[in-house]
Amino acid sequence: MIGNFEYFAPKTLQEALTFLDKYGDKCKVIAGGQSLLILMRQGLVAPEYLISIKGISSLNYIRSDLKEGLRIGALTPHRVVEKSAIIRSQFAVLAEMENKLASIQTRNWGTFGGNLCHGDPAGDPAPVLIALSASAKVASLKGERSIALEGFFLDYFETALQPGELLTEILVPPMPARTGAAYTKFNVIETDMATVGVAVSITLSPNRDTCESARIALGASAPVPIRAKHAENVLKGKKITDDLLEEAGKIASSEAKPISDIHASESYRRELAKVLVKRVGKEALARAIKA
Amino acid sequence: MKKELRLTVNGQSYELYVEPKTLLVEVIRNQLGLTGTKRGCESGVCGACTVILNRVAVKSCSVLALEANGGEVETIEGLAKGSELHPLQKAFLDYGAFQCGFCTSGMLMSAKALLDEAPNPTEEQIKEGIDGNICRCTGYNSIVRAITHVAKGQI
Repeated sequence: MIGNFEYFAPKTLQEALTFLDKYGDKCKVIAGGQSLLILMRQGLVAPEYLISIKGISSLNYIRSDLKEGLRIGALTPHRVVEKSAIIRSQFAVLAEMENKLASIQTRNWGTFGGNLCHGDPAGDPAPVLIALSASAKVASLKGERSIALEGFFLDYFETALQPGELLTEILVPPMPARTGAAYTKFNVIETDMATVGVAVSITLSPNRDTCESARIALGASAPVPIRAKHAENVLKGKKITDDLLEEAGKIASSEAKPISDIHASESYRRELAKVLVKRVGKEALARAIKA
Repeated sequence: MKKELRLTVNGQSYELYVEPKTLLVEVIRNQLGLTGTKRGCESGVCGACTVILNRVAVKSCSVLALEANGGEVETIEGLAKGSELHPLQKAFLDYGAFQCGFCTSGMLMSAKALLDEAPNPTEEQIKEGIDGNICRCTGYNSIVRAITHVAKGQI
């Protein structure tokens, strides 16, 4: 059963930040609550104060411009990200990832920012955003700061957000020229979280014969979503072949620090990381060639 | 302390007072007595508690009632018009799209939300539309057939 708490539903960011400043550690923020309510029901999270930010409509938006890139308000529902024409045309990998995130019902009420703040290492958006070099904008009464997504996650269900801080926006920089990105997760039924998720972004050199840079991000493979940097270096500067991707997969698999749980053993997750890095890398490459 | 909650459910307005921890499914079942909406897994997995909130399908076990404040809710009880069943309900009967019936309310609400958004769905879209609803009798084929016939106007 969910314990009792005091509830506030601010309508503006300023109001919300004032509550967060006042209640600090004693409060918890709820956006759509698709993950939080489960933890509250299990008694794992029992806040004295619950600040519902779902009604702050100014944090529900998708904006894009060629110079700065894509901005997604933290309270944008997953389903809106999935359906966005701008995202489908310019950042298709994000829409594809959203399409595979949980069920339609969850995507309708759950928010993009809420998923990230929950800090589950098996979450889908984080690896994709890390592969796309995204950053998080965070606000508090003291002001704003920006955090690279790859540094946003500190440990299981723990993020870089300090008491009093609220995630307000995700910024995805424009895709560089000759870049392709892809994401896949392995799961048993369609609406499951990832057993392992892999996102790869590849930028080709101007003559498109070698890899200029690559980013490989692994989900559900460590306490936090991680970059497989050694695997990225394997690709850099070389002509990408199946053999090279296989090599990158093996190295990424050794960079992972997965756990064994009811979904998969540690060694099975390593095997998945190896196979998926190759598979997703191939798709990212195919897209980079066409980009 | 109880807080005020205003909801429109199946076209009727309600002004209620609820503890902040109350879930939408609890308001619908316990306070409004609309027990067609089922509680299943209570962790956002099975979809038995699916209702339509502000024109989209949600799992009412995973929505804090107060977050739905001011919203419009459609439940299974709102589908039929008097004694006239909704086409989806008729189709579920005609095509044997349920066995034990536990998932049916949620299935129907997901199907309605799907057809409201995409009146001519592909089979793929139909399957996606109900993939958040688990039928443990595994009657999925009949369910997909029933929804397909409604979409084609054959009911």
